[in-house]
Order: sequence, then structure tokens, then C-alpha cells
Amino acid sequence: MEQFLENFYELLEETDREEITQDTVFKNLDEWNSMTALMLIAMFDEQYDVKINGDSINNATTLADLYQLTQK
Amino acid sequence: MALFSIENVRIAGVVSAVPSQIVNNLENGLFSTREEAEKFISITGIAEKRHAGKDVCTSDLCIKAADDLLEKLHWAKDEIDVLIMVTQTPDFPVPNTSIIVQDKLGLPKSTVCFDVPLGCSGYVYGLSILSQFLQNGNLKKGLLLVGDTLSKQCSPQDKATYPLFGDAGSATALEYSAGSKMDFNLWSDGSGFGDIIVPEGGYRKPFSEESLVLKEDKDGNKRAGINTYMNGTNVFSFGIGTVTQELKLFIEHFGIDKEQVKYFYFHQANRFMNDMIRKKIKLSPEQVPYSLDRYGNTSSATIPVTMTTQDSDLEDTEVIMCGFGVGLSIGIVRMNIGKGIINDLIEY
Repeated sequence: MEQFLENFYELLEETDREEITQDTVFKNLDEWNSMTALMLIAMFDEQYDVKINGDSINNATTLADLYQLTQK
Repeated sequence: MALFSIENVRIAGVVSAVPSQIVNNLENGLFSTREEAEKFISITGIAEKRHAGKDVCTSDLCIKAADDLLEKLHWAKDEIDVLIMVTQTPDFPVPNTSIIVQDKLGLPKSTVCFDVPLGCSGYVYGLSILSQFLQNGNLKKGLLLVGDTLSKQCSPQDKATYPLFGDAGSATALEYSAGSKMDFNLWSDGSGFGDIIVPEGGYRKPFSEESLVLKEDKDGNKRAGINTYMNGTNVFSFGIGTVTQELKLFIEHFGIDKEQVKYFYFHQANRFMNDMIRKKIKLSPEQVPYSLDRYGNTSSATIPVTMTTQDSDLEDTEVIMCGFGVGLSIGIVRMNIGKGIINDLIEY
């Protein structure tokens, strides 16, 4: 989980590391937009070899929800 | 699996025509900050694109390209046996634009004319259809006109589409040529039809006054029912997943030595996506040319536009073209570009 949070933080430019926890509602981050979503899909593909799409992201609320998707 | 080959047809030339009006994504007024616009450009790669004037249709761009191409090839108009137009932005809902173009170009009434309403994958589909008319040598020469003016279909208040799409038309000349060969992989998945769609104005949801009303989505984009909607994240997943798989399958099926392929012309939708596909297939950056920085996503025209923006000599080279998107649909072709090919980009 810690590594996943670190990977997610790497996608961001302006957000503080402390804001990134398993309870973070990622779509509420100021920086979150459609470009971050593309980078997230790419991160899942490259780091976890897991295919997610826009619907998977829509259905997730917290980073813990997203982390669950890496556990194939 | 639609993996097949067509023999005895070659490309004699390609000309693309782009409008002269440049629209820059840093100045389109859509992004709330300059940083947001810069991030958009750094990921999508699309810095600027071309927009056709109010009275300019896709067919006008294609006719300009076709006239220029026929002149450069020294082909007489009465030699053209088949004319296929691939577009999703026709002159009219009815009749087919290709038939209007036949008359405007001054082609004979014996020319076979029809439209194919595919998008991003459409160039490769058009090549596969036209070459099947020519492969036996009964009909010898054909024109494939491909393009769209999607700037007119997108809502200017929709960040998910408007900054991405540009306008372009192209003309490709094909001819019977014994010994030539093209290998294809064509693929479709209708379960993804809603990922890129103009939801209203067809017969499933007929045009009404309501179709013109701008509605705001959860991301703050505003568009009406007659505008293009795109689920960019789903299309991105499709690109790095299924498109990559189908390319790998194609390469394996035809025993292609990737290093012998000089260029892979990918549909120009998003630079980040294409770079990922390139890395997954293990191609060098030099093998994957881009034109989206200057012309954006021109739908079915991205492959010919990219070819015609290249100064390098294409003669005697092996190339692969891969179009993918709306449908969902994928078209992949491998061919050898022979000697004396015309390859040019002009402005309308």
C-alpha cells in the first residue's frame, strides 16, 4: 500500500506528500483532472500490469479503493 | 481474427490538404490557467491544429488534394475506376459525398463511388476496400479520399474534444501493380460504441430542439447532443491495451521483422498514448513519426497527414499503418512503398 501511495504521489506535481493517504478522495485533489487520469491508467499498466479504464476510476472513491484494483 | 493479404495493388501517391487557419491550444480560452494548457499540450502533444472555414467541407479539402495528386501523377481523370470517400463529416446526410465529388472532380460516370463512414481506423479500411476492387486488374486505378472536419462537430466548451481535433482532407492514389502486397488486420468491438459518439441526430435519437442545448458534465465541459462526446480515459485504456495486443498479433502472424519496418504510422490521437504503445512494442522513436503537434487528431486523415509531413524519402521502404478509435475499431496494414511515390502536403 505504501508503495502504491508513493507511485500515486509521483504522478502529481503540486500536491504535498502528506495529503496522500489511503483515505484520500483523489478526485477532490486540486490537481486531479483528465490528464492525471491518463497517467494513472499508464501507472497501473506499467507498475502492476493491470488494465483499468475510466469506469474503474469513476467507481473508486479513495486511494484504498484504487489500491484494491492492483490486487488482481 | 481478420488477418488477410491483398496482392497486386500499390500506393502511387498521397496528398493531404489542411486549412490555413491555425488554432493554438495555449490561446483557445478553454483552460483556466496557462499551466493547465501547458500540461494538456505536454501530455497530448497537440500544440496546434487547423480549422476549416465556415463554408469549407471535408469534401472541399479532399477535392483540392485529389486535383493536386492527379496532376502530379499525370493521371487522366477518365482513368479513375473507383472513388471511395471515408468520412464522418459528409456534405449532407443523404446522398453520399463521394458521388458529389465524382461530378466536381470531373470523373467519368462509370466510376464506382460510395462512402465509408468510419473514423480513426478508416484510412486502413479504405485501403483494404479499394485494393479489393483493383487486385484482379479488371479495374486499374482508384482514389481514396479520407478526412474530417471535426472542429465543426465538437463543442468549443468541451476540453475532452475541442483542443484535440483538427481538420484535414487527403487523397491517396492506388493502382494495379503485379507483385505488390498488403497485409491487414481489421478488428471491431461494438460494445465500446458509446466511448466516442455523437449521441443525437441519427434515428436512435432523432434531432430535436433539445439536441442543441448545451449541458454541463461533472468535469465542467459543456456540449450538446449533436456534439462529439469522448470518454478519453476509456479510449486511452483501449489504445495501450487492445491496440498494442492487436499490433503484436499482427507482427507475429505475418512474421514481421520490426527492425526492417522503417515507419510505423500510428493514428495521431495522444502522444503519451502512442509513446506507450511504441515502448510496449519496442520500437525506436525514429520509427514512429508524429504530426499531431501541428495538426492534432484529424480522424481518418491522421495517417496520410503524417506521411505527407515527412521530408524523408519513402521510396522502397516497408511501413506499417495503424488506425484505431471510434467504433471501437482498429485497422492495421503493412506494405512496401515502391518507387516514384508522390508525397505532399498542401494548404487549402
